[in-house]
Amino acid sequence: MAKTHLTMKVNGAEVEGLVEPRTLLVHFIRENLQMTGTHIGCETTHCGACTVDIDGMSVKSCTMFAVQAQGSDITTIEGMANADGTLSALQEGFRMMHGLQCGFCTPGMIMRAHRLLKENPSPSEQEIRMGISGNICRCTGYQNIVKAIQYAAAKINGVEFREAAE
Amino acid sequence: MIPGSFSYHRPASVADAVKLLSDLGEDARPLAGGHSLVPMMKLRLASPAHLIDLHGIAGLKGIRRDGNNLLIGAMTTQHDLLESQEVAGSVPILCEAALLIADPQVRYRGTIGGNVANGDPGNDMPALMMTLGATYRLEGPQGAREVAAADFYQGAYFTILEPGEILTSVSVPVPAAGHGYAYEKLKRKVGDYATAAAAVVLTMAGGKVATCTIGLTNVHETPLLAVDAAKAVIGTSLDAAALKKAASAAEAIMSPAADARGPVEYRKHVGGIMVTRALQRAATKAT
Repeated sequence: MAKTHLTMKVNGAEVEGLVEPRTLLVHFIRENLQMTGTHIGCETTHCGACTVDIDGMSVKSCTMFAVQAQGSDITTIEGMANADGTLSALQEGFRMMHGLQCGFCTPGMIMRAHRLLKENPSPSEQEIRMGISGNICRCTGYQNIVKAIQYAAAKINGVEFREAAE
Repeated sequence: MIPGSFSYHRPASVADAVKLLSDLGEDARPLAGGHSLVPMMKLRLASPAHLIDLHGIAGLKGIRRDGNNLLIGAMTTQHDLLESQEVAGSVPILCEAALLIADPQVRYRGTIGGNVANGDPGNDMPALMMTLGATYRLEGPQGAREVAAADFYQGAYFTILEPGEILTSVSVPVPAAGHGYAYEKLKRKVGDYATAAAAVVLTMAGGKVATCTIGLTNVHETPLLAVDAAKAVIGTSLDAAALKKAASAAEAIMSPAADARGPVEYRKHVGGIMVTRALQRAATKAT
């Protein structure tokens, strides 16, 4: 099958590559671009580990063909740290609130939470839980992931983070 | 899991897409949001030789009011529906149902056209479209035609779409001001298809039901209109006897498959409960 030449922006840099039409976006990101922070979990559109941000939308990159991302602007977990290399508010929140155990779901969780906070900078706990309902974590029971996102929201909004009473 | 090989086409107009579909025949499939088709391709349950990606057709996306109808382009996503003030104001049951579809990531990609045209009995929008009296615009090599949602579904994954035809938009009559509505969906977890679901749109007058339409999701190989169940509540105040009669009438037309969501009797039973709850909640919203 003839390959297609792709160009797109990933984490602010112009990238290109040759792909078959059947190449999934997640494979292009991991194998062609060698950015392995985006994980492949279930491969069936359920788990959200492969979530990336495309043109302002959270997308499961295992359920989109790379050719469909031609010309788009993508952010992956590799693009989430601050410009000076320090942790972003979300990354810091996951660290401070122990929002991960094995860490496999974390890139997808952070990419999804990133878009959630862009659209809703002060989400309620319920809105956070529904907002990450397309991301599965098999370790934490979600409690600390929710806290991590609350921590990040507070930091971004410049207010003090207070943990809700258990 | 990697899909089989295919050729990728990205037409810029409906006419080009129709021509590609007609010329390439059964080996070609239109690609909308891809959240039904791409997983099927990865499992090799579908292996089209050609994919016609509809994302390049600007005219297929958008929501606008046209007189007493809401016109929704086929490539409008569930996320777009949820963001639309027009939808929230004129047909709020669409927002309620869209929020119950899959998860946020899927709603950014999944389209109204794909949801209604795929013919999957588990999809939520088809029964809702029948309840609202919506029509679909189909464009094909022989021209365009408008078909009532109620006439569109013939079996599981089997619709009246002819080879080469694409569903390009959905037209939803705006329900009467003050109408009540509810979409009740029982599911095992977020993202699941319905074990059973019921859509209700009604109007009340003097404490009694004046008009009522009921649609059912995933309790038959096609979406259903529960006509007798709706008749059973018209003129009543939705007292216990009327609700029971409606639930029984709805259950009588259900024939769900026994699957991981439960045996047939269970799915019919909870289907009746969904009808009851939807009727009660819709009535509280009517003014």
